[in-house]
Amino acid sequence: MDIPFTRHTLGNGLSVILHEDHDCPIVAVNLWYHVGSKNEVPGRTGFAHLFEHLMFEGSAHHDRGYFHPLQEAGALLNGSTSSDRTNYWEVVPTSAFELALWMESDRMGFLLPALTAAKFNNQRDVVLNERRQNYENRPYGLATMATVAALYAPDHPYHWLTIGSADDLRASSLEEAHAFFARYYHPANASLAIAGDIEPDVALALADRYFGDIAPGPPVAPVLRDATLPAPVRLLQEDRVELPRVYLAWHSPAMFKAGDAELDLVSDVLANGKTSRLYRALVYSRRIATEVAAFQNSRELGSFFQVIATAAPGRTLAELETAIDEEMATLAAEGPDSDEMERSLAQAEAQFVYRLQTVGGFGGKSDQLNAYNTFIGQPGFFDQDLARYRNATAEGLRSTLATYLCGQPRVSLSVVPKGQIELAAPFDGRAVVQ
Amino acid sequence: MSPVDRSRLPVPGTSPSYRFPEVRKVRLPNGLCVWTVEHRSVPVVTLVLLVGVGSAADPAARPGLASLTGDMLDEGAGDRSALEVHDALARIGASFDTEVGPDATLLTLTTLDRFRQRGLRLLADLVLRPRFDPDEFERVRQLRANRLRQLRDLPPALADRAFASLLYGSHPYGHLAIGSEDALQQIALEDVRQYHRRAYRPSAITLVAVGDASHEQLLADASEAFGHWPESDPDPTIAEALARALQPPAAAPARLALVDRPGAAQSELRLGHVAVPRSTPDYHALVLLNMVLGGQFVSRINMNLREGKGFTYGARTSFDFRRGPGPFQLQVSVQTAVTGEAIREAIGELRAIRAERPVTPQELELARAALTRGYPRNFETAEQIARSTAQLALYGLPDNYFERFVPTIEALRLDDVLRVARAHLDDERVTTLVVGDRAIVEPGLATLGLGVAEALLPA
Repeated sequence: MDIPFTRHTLGNGLSVILHEDHDCPIVAVNLWYHVGSKNEVPGRTGFAHLFEHLMFEGSAHHDRGYFHPLQEAGALLNGSTSSDRTNYWEVVPTSAFELALWMESDRMGFLLPALTAAKFNNQRDVVLNERRQNYENRPYGLATMATVAALYAPDHPYHWLTIGSADDLRASSLEEAHAFFARYYHPANASLAIAGDIEPDVALALADRYFGDIAPGPPVAPVLRDATLPAPVRLLQEDRVELPRVYLAWHSPAMFKAGDAELDLVSDVLANGKTSRLYRALVYSRRIATEVAAFQNSRELGSFFQVIATAAPGRTLAELETAIDEEMATLAAEGPDSDEMERSLAQAEAQFVYRLQTVGGFGGKSDQLNAYNTFIGQPGFFDQDLARYRNATAEGLRSTLATYLCGQPRVSLSVVPKGQIELAAPFDGRAVVQ
Repeated sequence: MSPVDRSRLPVPGTSPSYRFPEVRKVRLPNGLCVWTVEHRSVPVVTLVLLVGVGSAADPAARPGLASLTGDMLDEGAGDRSALEVHDALARIGASFDTEVGPDATLLTLTTLDRFRQRGLRLLADLVLRPRFDPDEFERVRQLRANRLRQLRDLPPALADRAFASLLYGSHPYGHLAIGSEDALQQIALEDVRQYHRRAYRPSAITLVAVGDASHEQLLADASEAFGHWPESDPDPTIAEALARALQPPAAAPARLALVDRPGAAQSELRLGHVAVPRSTPDYHALVLLNMVLGGQFVSRINMNLREGKGFTYGARTSFDFRRGPGPFQLQVSVQTAVTGEAIREAIGELRAIRAERPVTPQELELARAALTRGYPRNFETAEQIARSTAQLALYGLPDNYFERFVPTIEALRLDDVLRVARAHLDDERVTTLVVGDRAIVEPGLATLGLGVAEALLPA
C-alpha cells in the first residue's frame, strides 16, 4: 500500500500531514479535532456534535455561512462527530486550496467573536430536528441508544450517543459553547491532512502561514475509563415497527488493540454476505430471520461488538437469540474454515483498497492519514493496519471469539411492535432512553 | 511569507478545462455494446452493466416485476447455486449491487484488477444464465414481502410511494420499483422468467468497463464473457411499455393529501409536480435553477427552512430527469408543530423564484461556479467514471457530453434561467403530501387555502 506522506509539527503543536497525488486537479483539506462525545459529561450530552454545527456558521473574519464561499469555489465539504473525534473536510479544485486553508484556519483561530446566541439557538433547533428525523421518527431509531446506555455505566462517556439527549441539548448554553471551544479547538488538539494536487513544500509553507499564528491551547488530558458489564442485562423496548429485532452487544478490545482486527473478521464470518454463518443459518436455511448484521464497533476507550437480527413474521426473538448463540458457540469451538478465512481476508483487503481511491471525503486518503495520526500517532500505519488482518489466523479468530463474546455478559435488547411483548426474548426490564 | 490578510478571502484562480477520459465503444456481433475507459491510478476495476429497461416496464398488474427479477439474478446462476454465487463474489472481494430504477436496471461490480476476468465471467453468468430456482424464488419473495412490510413504518418510504401515485396515477412512473405487498403475491416465477427473456437482450445492454487495464484488455475480457450470448428479437410488450413512459401522464389537479401517523415526531413532506424529461433542451438551465432553489446547502429552500427557521435538519429540491417526464419535487422532514408554516414557506419559495424574487445575478454566478469549478472531482474513481459513462448510454447523450458540460453551463444567461423557471415550475400545480400526525397538523393545513387534506391510506 504505497501512500507516501510527510508529517510536520508547527510551532503551536498542529500536526500537518502531506500526501501528493496529481491524478485529479483537486486538493483535500481534512482537519481532525481530537474531541468527541466521549469528552462530554452527563447532563450535557450531545454537545460535541452541536458544536460541530456551530463551526459552519461563520467566524470573525467571515461572519456569514461557511458553505457559501467554498461552494462558490466548487468545493464539496462536510463534517462529522463520533464518540472519539470530530472531523471537517473540503475537497476543492487546486486553485481554491488557499481558500480552504483560510476558511479552516479562521474558524480554528477566530470562531468565538462570531458565535452569537441567535446562531446557537438556531443550530440547536436544527440538531433537535436531526434527532427527530434520524432517531425518534425512524423505526428502531432508539435501539442503539438504549444498548449503549445499558452497556456503559451512567458516568462512562460511551453511555450516550453523539446525538445526545434532547433535554441536555435544550439545557446547553452559549457560554458552554465558548468554553468548549477554548478547551478543545486549538492546534495541539488537531491534525491537518492535505492530500492531492499539491507541491508539498508549498503546501507546508501555506499551512504554516494560515495556521502557524494560532495560539496553542491548554493540553487536553486523555479520557481514560474502563468499562465492564458485571452481569447480563436483558431489556425490552416497544416501538412503531412491524417486525421484532434483537440487539446483542458485548464489550470488546479497543481500536487497534489485540483482538480488534480478529473480531472485525469474526463479524464478517458471522454476518457479511449470504455465505456468512448467521445469514446462512437464520435467513437462508431456517428462514426465521429476515436480516442479520454484526459489527466490531472499534473505539478508543474500548469497543463493542454487536449482533443484530430481525425476526421473520411469526417468529420470536427468543428463538433468534438461541440460534445466534448456537452459531457463535460452534464458531468458538471449531473456528472458521479455510474458505471463510479466504473470503473474509479478500473482502477486508479489497475494502482497504477501495477506500483509498479518493483523496478526500469521509474515509478517503486524507481522512485515513488523520485517523492513524490521531489515534496512534502514525499517519502511515496503512501496511501495519492491513497486516493485522493478513496475519490473523483461524485459531486467532476462534480464541478471540471464545474469550470476549461467548459466555460473557452482554446486553440483549428486544425491540418489538407495540403491544406484542410476547415476541420478545426474556427480559428483566424496559430500556430507558432519554 | 507575508502574514495572512484576513480582511478578504483568497480569490480562487481559474481551473484548467476538464478532459473526460476517452470512452471506446464497440458493438459485439450479438448487439451488446462494450464501452471501455482506462483508469490507471488504483488497481481496481468497476463494471457497470446497464439494461435499458426498468420499473416503468412493469406490467400494470405486476408492479415490482423488474425489481424482483433483478433480485433473482444473484440467487443461483450458471453452474453455481445461490450460496456459491456469493462465495465467488466474496473470494474476489467484490462489491456488488443491483439497482432497478424507472428507466433502467444497473448492475455494478467493483473488484481488484487482478480479479477482472473472474468478475466479468461472474457478471455474465448472473445476467445470461440465472437459474430462477423455485425454492430460491419463494425465499426471495418472502424476504421482499417482509421488507415491504417494514417500509410501512419508514416515513420517507411512505411518502415516496404515495407521492409517485399522486403525481402519476396509472402512468408507468406511478409506482416505485419495489412494488407493493399486494402485487408481490400475484407475481409468479414464470413472470420473472418471461420478463428476463424479454428485457435482458444483448442489444438492450451496454457494458461499461473502467479500470487499471488497456482498452484492448478490457474489451477482450468483456467479449470473452459476453460474446457468446445469442441475439434475440426485440419484444413488443417491452417496446410498448417504454413508449408509454415517454408520454406525459394525464393532467392532475393540485392536491393536498395526508397519510396519518399519530404520534409522529416529524412530518415528512413532498411538494411538486410532473416536469420534463432528460431530453429537454432546457436541461442545463434547470440544473442551474435547481442549485439556486434547493440543490445545495446554500440554496433558498435550505437557508429558509433550516438555517433561518430551524424547522428541519435539511431541505432540498430536485428535478428527477428521466427518459419520460420526471417529477420536480421538494422534500423535507419538519418538526410536527410547524408543518403548515413549513408548507407555506416552501410554496412561497416556489412562487417567488418565478415571480417576485427571481434568480439574481449573484445567485446565478454562485450556482454556476459551484457546478463548474469542482467538476473534475466527479470523476475521481473508477466507479464514478463508470456510472457517468452509463448515463451517456441510458440517455443517448453525445460522446463529448462531459467535455461540453462546463462550457454549456458557462454560456447560459440569467434570462435563460428566468425563462425555464417560468416554463417548468408552477406553484399553482403543486401537489402537497404530508406524512404525519393529522390531529396536530390539520389546523395549520387548514390555513393554507389548499382545501381539506384528503386522507390517504398507507398503501
